[in-house]
Amino acid sequence: MSLDNILNHWSDYRKGAEEGGHHDYEHRWAMAINLDLCIGCNACSTACYAENNLAVVGKEKFERGQAMHWMRIERYWDQQELEHPEQGASFLPMMCQQCGAATCEPVCPVAATYHTPDGLNAQVYNRCIGSRYCSNNCPFRVRYFNFYSYYESSWPEPMEQQLNPDISVRDKGVMEKCTFCVQRIRTVKDKAFMEDRSVQDGEVVPACAQACPTSAIVFGDTMDEGSVVSKLWKKHQVERGVYQKTKLAKKDADLRGYRIFEELNVDPSVMYLERVREDI
Amino acid sequence: MTMVTEKDINEQIAWAKINTDVLKSMENPRPAYWVTLAVCIAMVACAVLAEYIQYTVGMGTADLNNPHMWDMYIAAFVFWIGMSHSGTLLSAILHLIHADWRKPIYRFAEAMTTFSLLTAGIFPMIHLGRVWNLYWVLPYVSDRGIWPNFRSPLVWDAFAITTYLTASMLFLFVGMIPDLAICRDNTTGWRKKLYGILALGWVGSDRQWRHFRKIYLLMACFLIPLAVSVHSIVSADFAMSIMPGWHITSFPPYFVAGALYSGCAAIITLFILLRYFFRFEDYMTLPIMEKTAKLTFAIAMVWTYLNLIEFASVWYGHDVYNKELLIAKATGAYAWIFWTMLFCGSVLPFALAFRKLRRHMPTMFVVSLFLNLGMFFERWMIVAPTLSMSHEPHQWDIMYGSIIEWAIVFGSFGWFGMLFLIFVKVFPSVSMYEVKEMVFHRKLSAGEEDLARMTDHAKPVTQTTGGGGA
Repeated sequence: MSLDNILNHWSDYRKGAEEGGHHDYEHRWAMAINLDLCIGCNACSTACYAENNLAVVGKEKFERGQAMHWMRIERYWDQQELEHPEQGASFLPMMCQQCGAATCEPVCPVAATYHTPDGLNAQVYNRCIGSRYCSNNCPFRVRYFNFYSYYESSWPEPMEQQLNPDISVRDKGVMEKCTFCVQRIRTVKDKAFMEDRSVQDGEVVPACAQACPTSAIVFGDTMDEGSVVSKLWKKHQVERGVYQKTKLAKKDADLRGYRIFEELNVDPSVMYLERVREDI
Repeated sequence: MTMVTEKDINEQIAWAKINTDVLKSMENPRPAYWVTLAVCIAMVACAVLAEYIQYTVGMGTADLNNPHMWDMYIAAFVFWIGMSHSGTLLSAILHLIHADWRKPIYRFAEAMTTFSLLTAGIFPMIHLGRVWNLYWVLPYVSDRGIWPNFRSPLVWDAFAITTYLTASMLFLFVGMIPDLAICRDNTTGWRKKLYGILALGWVGSDRQWRHFRKIYLLMACFLIPLAVSVHSIVSADFAMSIMPGWHITSFPPYFVAGALYSGCAAIITLFILLRYFFRFEDYMTLPIMEKTAKLTFAIAMVWTYLNLIEFASVWYGHDVYNKELLIAKATGAYAWIFWTMLFCGSVLPFALAFRKLRRHMPTMFVVSLFLNLGMFFERWMIVAPTLSMSHEPHQWDIMYGSIIEWAIVFGSFGWFGMLFLIFVKVFPSVSMYEVKEMVFHRKLSAGEEDLARMTDHAKPVTQTTGGGGA
């Protein structure tokens, strides 16, 4: 290893440490979720349970906050909604935002969570020792910990036959979270590689997007200029690495795009489109 | 100098009496000792049972949940780490500034340091989801070339705590060598064998003393930055995160002040217990208690000041998450803990400002326990409210922990008590050689003073006796 080599590695490391994330991205998977279309049906959450071998924990543990829903529908009752309950609550599908400058990554003592060249926060179950610091440092609180050996009771025979063979079943003591269905991304990438072509837009569909009856969830690669996600992000003037561009600063009512907790500079990969409401 | 200063120690104590008194304290435990020890062991047994359940069933048995990934374990960890700071303060810092009143009380304070570190070290281990992979946080040479994440404060913790534990244990041991030699020369049986090995062939020659002085001073100098760094690093566990209520610049000094504070309070507690049970009135005298109490009061005020700074900077910083959290702490579900903490930590220490109260042992005992209760609540108030009310409102939650969690925290006190009880019967809890030194120096200077007074007033001065003399 030459001196240049070491110095280059060091500057790469510094860059990574200071700016967060990866610097030679192959893809940057991202989402756009149209809250105007979301009807709060929880189909995305259910699909996620089926696709990712999520344990069903039962009523008691759910109440204790030990559920494993990687994808959850949050319900909010704002003042307007309380006054007009017939309008229904506001829904917010919440999953790992795959932040570009993820706060969970630097705090893991064993580097079990790291940034992939795909722009994802990977979680290595086998490396995780369960210090749970990542979850404490996640502003979205979308990391779920295996508080028990859920697999022992979640899939009584013959239900274990329904488990997805593409990903593992986690045991107690490890952290897990939404992966943007990394197993599907892998499959598509491998196929594209075998056919010697690049991944096409719309080829990768995560389980939640697939199950959504109103197509509120759009998934794609923001590095691909022509992808639907890229166009949506551009249309609503949401850009990576550009912070402080909150919805309040936007004059145009059509610009509904925002990222949650943008002011924390964590660079989330999920853009939400605000729900449009008639003023009553 | 005031005219009639009470003496820290009666300099007329014979050296032989010091030996006898201290050696006697290590012999023939009374029934009360065995009962206390049994209670402590029972507490540890409760904790071991709870940990067995937690280990086999999972961390969920502690009622940890999604927002509350950390809870009482980390609070207890910070509490015990904090407790360990007083030993260093008393022995290293006061040693360097030649405050010789530390001499009769530093030995048990150092033992407290070591044992509270041994207690604290358990918590980050048992709170891991997969404790059997604990060694992955250490940078050992792996054939897969995998290293820990050096950016994580938890890795810094592992380094800081193991270094501090090693250093403080060595400091305790090295400082005890001359005393161990005294024990070796005055005991028989297994004790003689044990002390013979531990005394490392100490005969008290000039050469040995010279080396001893050097290494002791060197280790004191080494320990002080360590003590400051270890709690700063523990505070980095919180301060390096982006969570409201944790991401606070003043955390390192705040943690160090809190640590010294709870440590001093614990010293007062143990001081009174040892003084009472071991009849150490000649050594652990009221003037020394007063000095310790004054020190505690000063540190309490520093702690209060840093608390107020934190509140003020949050309040005027107008960061919505931080501010809401502060309001929630003061008015929300945890408000009773918050206000108890402020009362015990900032109001109660004013009791130490009164000479009458400082010299009233039962009052001091109760006050010191409440000071530490306040400090325990402080750690709880650092860990829990941030988790229960962070950025994401959907995940707000209040949690008090399950019986498993409380049993382990409760058991940690038993574990500490057990170690300490064993220590005081196996090792001298008062430093014999340093008390002799202190007596000798005092005698010298008192002689000089008397001489000066004699020449001034041409008349002898009546000898004032030590206040605590039984």
